[in-house]
Amino acid sequence: MSDLPKPLPWLGVVGVVPALDAAPAPSPVLSLPAAVPTPQAPAVTMTAAALPAVKAPGAWWGRALEGLRARFKPRKRTGSGLPARAIIVWLRNARRVSQVGFLGLFLFLLVRTEFRGGFAGGATVRMPYPVEGFLLADPFVALMTFLSTHTVYRSLWWSLGLVALTLVFGRVFCGWICPFGTLHHFFAWLFPNPHGATTGSRRVRANHTHAYQNVKYYLLFAFLVAAVCGSAIGGLFDPICICVRAIGLAVLPAMNYVTAHTLDGVAATNVRALQVGSDVTRDALVASVLQPRQYFFHQTWVLGGLLFVVLLANRWIPRFWCRVLCPLGATLGLLARHALVGMEKDHAKCTDCNLCLVDCQGADSPQGGVKWRQDECHGCLNCEVACPEDVIKFRWLPNRRSTSLAQQDLDRRKTLVSVLAGAAVLPATRTSDTLDSNYYDRLLRPPGAVEERDFMDRCIRCAECMKVCPNNALHPALLESGIEGLWTPVLIPRIGYCEPSCVLCGQVCPTGAIQKITEDQKLGNPARHVEAIKIGTAFYDQGRCLPWSMATPCIVCEEFCPTSPKAIWVEEVDVPDRHGAMVHVQRPHVDPRLCIGCGACEKVCPVQDRPAVYVTSVGESRSRTNVILLETGTYT
Amino acid sequence: MAADPRPPRREVLVRAGKALGLVAGASVLAKLRLDHGGWRVPGAEGTREVRDYRTADHGGPSDFAVVHAQGVPDVGAMVREALGALGGIARFVSRGDVVVLKPNIGWDRTPMQAANTNPEVVAQVATLCLQAGARRVVVTDASCNDPGRCFQRSGIWARAHRVGAEVILPAEHRFRTMRLRGEVLDEWPVYRTLIEADKVINLPVAKHHNLAKYTAAMKNWYGTLGGRRNRLHQNIDVSIADLATFMRPTLTVVDALRVLLRNGPQGGNVDDTRRMNTILATVDQVAADAYGCTLIDQRPENLAYLRMGEARGLGTTRWQSLRPRELALDMHGGVQRYALVVPEGSTEVEVARRIHAGRVVV
Repeated sequence: MSDLPKPLPWLGVVGVVPALDAAPAPSPVLSLPAAVPTPQAPAVTMTAAALPAVKAPGAWWGRALEGLRARFKPRKRTGSGLPARAIIVWLRNARRVSQVGFLGLFLFLLVRTEFRGGFAGGATVRMPYPVEGFLLADPFVALMTFLSTHTVYRSLWWSLGLVALTLVFGRVFCGWICPFGTLHHFFAWLFPNPHGATTGSRRVRANHTHAYQNVKYYLLFAFLVAAVCGSAIGGLFDPICICVRAIGLAVLPAMNYVTAHTLDGVAATNVRALQVGSDVTRDALVASVLQPRQYFFHQTWVLGGLLFVVLLANRWIPRFWCRVLCPLGATLGLLARHALVGMEKDHAKCTDCNLCLVDCQGADSPQGGVKWRQDECHGCLNCEVACPEDVIKFRWLPNRRSTSLAQQDLDRRKTLVSVLAGAAVLPATRTSDTLDSNYYDRLLRPPGAVEERDFMDRCIRCAECMKVCPNNALHPALLESGIEGLWTPVLIPRIGYCEPSCVLCGQVCPTGAIQKITEDQKLGNPARHVEAIKIGTAFYDQGRCLPWSMATPCIVCEEFCPTSPKAIWVEEVDVPDRHGAMVHVQRPHVDPRLCIGCGACEKVCPVQDRPAVYVTSVGESRSRTNVILLETGTYT
Repeated sequence: MAADPRPPRREVLVRAGKALGLVAGASVLAKLRLDHGGWRVPGAEGTREVRDYRTADHGGPSDFAVVHAQGVPDVGAMVREALGALGGIARFVSRGDVVVLKPNIGWDRTPMQAANTNPEVVAQVATLCLQAGARRVVVTDASCNDPGRCFQRSGIWARAHRVGAEVILPAEHRFRTMRLRGEVLDEWPVYRTLIEADKVINLPVAKHHNLAKYTAAMKNWYGTLGGRRNRLHQNIDVSIADLATFMRPTLTVVDALRVLLRNGPQGGNVDDTRRMNTILATVDQVAADAYGCTLIDQRPENLAYLRMGEARGLGTTRWQSLRPRELALDMHGGVQRYALVVPEGSTEVEVARRIHAGRVVV
């Protein structure tokens, strides 16, 4: 039934829309079969034909200006031209502000996921606020790790807030908050549709509900089943994880690179004023968004390339990621079916103008005559703002009869297959050799990382640890720990060693794959009988070591060895050089009982390409089997 | 009448002119930018690069001052007395100077571990410079460990900031490649923040070094270099001498309040340190190390870099020739001063022992 408010008090104010006088206003109760044809198109052609002397704006900037003017011109409302409710227009604008704000907040936290130090800081270094907040509020992460570990790690209960929000308002996270969603919203606007159509039928067709939107639910089921079996591999597809990973490890370092090289080029001109300008700019950028040095990440082009592909996909399917793949969106979609706020449609009034579909984000069938899919709706409110016939209304506790909440028409067989696929993840990946029988010797996990199987239970590949690492030591593994370990953190000492007093990776880890350890636990404290955490053991390649094989003094490794007493000890010897002259050198040795595997020695070894000292994972505290010494291993 | 198929003369001339101009321009460009090929690795010949920040000596009362204290030392008083013995800070810092202080902030260690310069020493010297009218006092170093961590956990960032000094952390763009033309150090990235100054004050910490045995003043200039410093250790003594040749500081103030005796230069264990409550101020960095090494029972003649520094004319290991002054501060802050009397014919180590013995008699 129609509950159209009769007086429409705001009509007097907003109602003087050009649409009303442009087109003969049809009665709102009249249901037209199709949109009123716009008279502009033929009119423009006629004018152009009648006035051939008038030059079309030829220059590119002229056309751009024209386009901008057209964009900001108040558009005429078609159909009956009923304006949207003021509150909805206001909320739509609030949604835009919220999107920009949350994207900004996300980027701020991401850029701040690093330690810079400060004059106010003391000897204990911690992040001053939860830079990983978006992940803590992520119910997909919480659910997945709950299924794999049967616990909710520390602040992951924050995600209940988002569950509550979704139960009340539906998937507003996707439309109002999600930084990845906002990026897709923006890129779907930037590349509207193939073949240059910015509006109209192609866009409407793209925004109809499609069967492929169910893929994300099948993916979600597969990931949850994999989690039950013991693998948090679904983190690969979590949108927040992707944002941190791709932006933090690929986009920001690339920006750093471009800026640095541009400003270095400016400084290389040897013009004093330009150099000063370059320095000042660089100082300001380094103090705000850039890093003081270039960070390099292992095979990061894969992350950047995938981000590019996913963003480009918006050209064919608007918000491809959100509609088709996002497992967080699917989680929220399942919850949104019970939302308290929803849509009412007055099907009788719909003229099938399809304006609601032009900017629909979720492809949730807002148009009249079909069932609305609340589980797909992002709550962007574009449909209600666009509707000229007063068909669409978002309401508190809506009358469900008018929309008859659609069920996900999930195929039972496909669901079964997805469950089986999730169950197959573990046997498929773990019968490969890396985890149980053939350790990859360079798989160094961050300090505080739990045992490898537990690690796979927890690690969601969010890359927070890699972003926060002050020495650029942590990197996304490609295939180092098998295909299952894709983009899990691996420490590459040659790029950066593990800073002895640093415990930040554990602090930002949202799931406890890296535990929140203290400095005492990391370095060991004999006074309190705390043993240091070992992540591996260093070994010498004596054929490449200067004092061992080239009669040349060195021991930079010993100098950098941070343990006390030092794990690297030196043997004082006089060795002959090729002419028989004796050279006094100090030959380094490793004491495996003291070595913590931090990799400082490997990092600073002057044998540049393949260092003469290197760390392998053997002896790591977290493993009971990957051991060398009898006294440190308790085999179970 | 058929039109003449040939282009008009004017156009021919214009086109010919353009073609000629193009060829001429390209030839000039090719001539200017002609690549003769080959490896462009010029040798290290030529005069050594030197950054000399020394002030013209207007004859202070002394060029070498040592201050000892007992118990919990009043570092401010010690620094003031040490510089006072040299003639006061005004001898070194003029109004409007940009003064760069170069403490050792190399390691992620706390002050108790004595791997970095004591923050109180840095703060006191910075205060004196500001009082002398310095326009800017910059505190910086190119650390070995993560700089943010070294600056913060050493306590130097907080203390220097509180007294009004400017703390600058090393960043990639603040290094620029220079030809040092040293014996082993030629082309290296040099930390510009350190050398872009009117006055540079060296503020090392005295400590054990496993390879160079003892290091403080001269080795502190490792912090002027960026790049991969790990190669320097293959010839550490010449590297130190090269760097000390490049950097000639206005003043050197050595922090020996707590001295790392073993496991240097990084240490990490308070048990490896000993409280010595000594501050040393001098204009001669070679003399500073010649005296300082005796604190950890080393002898100047064992330190090759000191011999090289002396041979290069950077200073003297015979600090006794610098009109030394030694002061002992008692616990109540009162000052007893006495000039050191060097007996004729005594060896340097004997003199040093006398000083150490004298330290306990306050």
